[in-house]
Amino acid sequence: MALQAIAFYLMAAVTLGSGLAVVSARNPVHSVLFLIAAFFSAAGLFVLLGAEFLAMLLVVVYVGAVAVLFLFVVMMLDVDFAELRGGFQRYLPVGLTVGALLLIELLLVLGGWKLAPEAAVLKLSSTPGNVSNTAAIGRLLYTDYIFLFQAAGLILLVAMIGAIVLTLRDRKTSRHQVIRVQNERAVADTLLMVDAGLGAGIKTLGIYRPLVETPPQGRDPVAATELGERRS
Amino acid sequence: MLMEYLPIIVFMIIAGGIALAMVGGSLIAAQQKPYAEKLSAYECGFEPFDDARRRFDVRFYLVAILFIIFDLEVAFLFPWAVSLADIGLFGFLSMLGFLGVLTVGFIYEWCKGALEWE
Amino acid sequence: MNWTTAIPEIFLSVAGLAILVFGVLRGRYSGPGNALVCSMLVLASFAVAAILIIGGNHGIGYNGQFTTDAFSSYAKLLILAGAALGLVLSLDYNRLEGLARFEFPVLVLLSTVGMMVMVSASSMMTLYLGLELQSLSLYVLAAFARDTLRSSEAGLKFFVLGALASGLLLYGISLVYGFSGTMDFNVLARSFADPAGVAPGLIVGVVFIVAGLAFKISAVPFHMWTPDVYEGAPTPVTGFFSTAPKVAAICLIVRLMGTPFGHLLASWQQLIVLVSIASMVLGSLAAIGQTNIKRLMAYSSIGHMGYALIGLAVGTAEGVRGVLIYMVTYVFMNAGTFACLIAMRRRGIALDKISDLSGLGRTDPMLAGWMTVFMFSMAGIPPMSGFFGKLYVFLAAVQAGMWTLAVIGVLTSVIGAYYYLRIIKVMYFDEGGEAFDRRPMSLSVVAAAAGLFTLFFFVFPAPFVGAAQAAARVLFG
Repeated sequence: MALQAIAFYLMAAVTLGSGLAVVSARNPVHSVLFLIAAFFSAAGLFVLLGAEFLAMLLVVVYVGAVAVLFLFVVMMLDVDFAELRGGFQRYLPVGLTVGALLLIELLLVLGGWKLAPEAAVLKLSSTPGNVSNTAAIGRLLYTDYIFLFQAAGLILLVAMIGAIVLTLRDRKTSRHQVIRVQNERAVADTLLMVDAGLGAGIKTLGIYRPLVETPPQGRDPVAATELGERRS
Repeated sequence: MLMEYLPIIVFMIIAGGIALAMVGGSLIAAQQKPYAEKLSAYECGFEPFDDARRRFDVRFYLVAILFIIFDLEVAFLFPWAVSLADIGLFGFLSMLGFLGVLTVGFIYEWCKGALEWE
Repeated sequence: MNWTTAIPEIFLSVAGLAILVFGVLRGRYSGPGNALVCSMLVLASFAVAAILIIGGNHGIGYNGQFTTDAFSSYAKLLILAGAALGLVLSLDYNRLEGLARFEFPVLVLLSTVGMMVMVSASSMMTLYLGLELQSLSLYVLAAFARDTLRSSEAGLKFFVLGALASGLLLYGISLVYGFSGTMDFNVLARSFADPAGVAPGLIVGVVFIVAGLAFKISAVPFHMWTPDVYEGAPTPVTGFFSTAPKVAAICLIVRLMGTPFGHLLASWQQLIVLVSIASMVLGSLAAIGQTNIKRLMAYSSIGHMGYALIGLAVGTAEGVRGVLIYMVTYVFMNAGTFACLIAMRRRGIALDKISDLSGLGRTDPMLAGWMTVFMFSMAGIPPMSGFFGKLYVFLAAVQAGMWTLAVIGVLTSVIGAYYYLRIIKVMYFDEGGEAFDRRPMSLSVVAAAAGLFTLFFFVFPAPFVGAAQAAARVLFG
């Protein structure tokens, strides 16, 4: 399968390249865009593995939603990225040393790579028994793994509550629709037939707009000045 | 299995080709007399190229995160729909429970007014 | 499928959903009364869950993902007690600080469900989901006073470092899964029956898992977040952090080391010994210079986790029994201490400096008395319960011949006693300020209940020791 090999190396190279660009790009918005490229090519790699569902999730959730959120966060935070990057050169030697140590450790681990005897038997195929990958996940996720599935639902609920608790504010300026009040409105409450008489202004009859039960003292500039004049 | 993706690849190549042809064609063929007002973005709200460090309202973020949560919820529906014939009533009820939890969350955010803007 | 094993968790989750809907339908503008009613409902469901746990059957359910045994029941009851105490502590504080929102008790309840799932986990995936359910709720609770800078900072720090720790944990889990091909604890235990055939990569995975969990119990060297989060979070939330989640995380470590990695004792023992010694030493030394009492309690909890880990490092049933008894004494004396700290208010402003306690012995002898009891207990002075907690872990270490651990434990206890006793000195011998505001009933009740437990633990230790013994036998038979 030469085509498959070409596709693999192409997408792997794009993934690595855009991963590198994410951390080295000057403009944080470009970083996010490179991240999207990395997500896309990683999704391609998943397809090559036969894990179609994960590939779809990567595109739908990560590209479609998480990357957008990242963009929001990049724009929302008042972070001076140039200043943040200032320490880059200073921390480079330390970072490289730690990275090299981790790499050496990993290589040591890989040197002793040995799978447990059961591992080969227990290894699961991404498309077992000619069932498509998505259906194979579906057969397990909702029955055998029901406990974890419902726990995941609770975690999503906590995320929802958390986001609302931490960011939602009741604004004085926001106008909410109160359906009960709308339904209970009667013609008599809103419409008033007044005989205004010739030459008499409406204001002198004490009618305010909008019509409410207690006239808002002081909010109406005309009413306020009138009251003020009367007091003085 | 991978052969099933061939139409998608062909589709993407054709779509990309057409898009390139249209943009490239207009670049080559059209008369261009740019001036500042013409080049400015036809867009309302935020300036497209502004200082990225400008703050904006946290409510954008709230909407985005609520969107992600429901996006994930929908993602769980795909394998369920594909395999519903195999997992039977139990699988159906299992999903009903999951959706029930998130419906409670939905009632919560609706009543809290998180879905209203102004 | 044996689904009855998880009845308490299912009940609590459903109750949580019901309370959430109830709270939000009662109106978005309703004030502290709504929060109070919801808190009471949550406390009632904790009580029902406790009854369900006591009456519940033991076994493995959900295809080996969830297990209930004497150990999990013990841990869950302790978690429920800690969570209930934390919730009671928050009642009046939240009202006075303007934080009384009905989401608070619901989040406490959901994090408690997460903790209960953690201690019952029998598969790596259950472990991870339980941990995330707990952690996510705790991140939100830490930042609950969202209008104060320090609380939001605490929430953010906790979240970023917590996500990092979860990443380490997941990496460790994936290494273990990659090398063994299973996530089930019992299958893992069987496949490690011959420790000689275990790949080094798997040991690296175990180390990553321990590192991720050490973060959750704030053991050195993964403790950096603790002082800042403890200081910034609202005081009852800090009290809650230092009780129930600690119990859940330490019980999770014990189960993990006991069941799946039980045969790898030689590999993880030195790791736990190191973490334990480092926590004890740092916990006792770094606390000395503190002036903020919440930071002091943070270092104190780091130290206490070090003592509790001694019991695990020993790797015997006696050691684990010591851990379990230690956690009981720790939960009650800590809840009591925080009841006293929350009572520190003058003219409606919450205080958190150690010097604010000066003169308390004269202005409020009752509160000073309880505080003295808790400080003595924290220092491990007999006959307080804290002494027995330390006694059982040190005893197990000595029996197993791990003298170094026991000696270092005793030495750091002596150093730690200095700063606990300093608080008592400040309360009784320093020239004091004016009296605190009249403290609410709920704080007095918690302080008195925890104080009586701490004071008279030596009269009735038998049921706790017996239960802890039975629980420890399950894992280290």
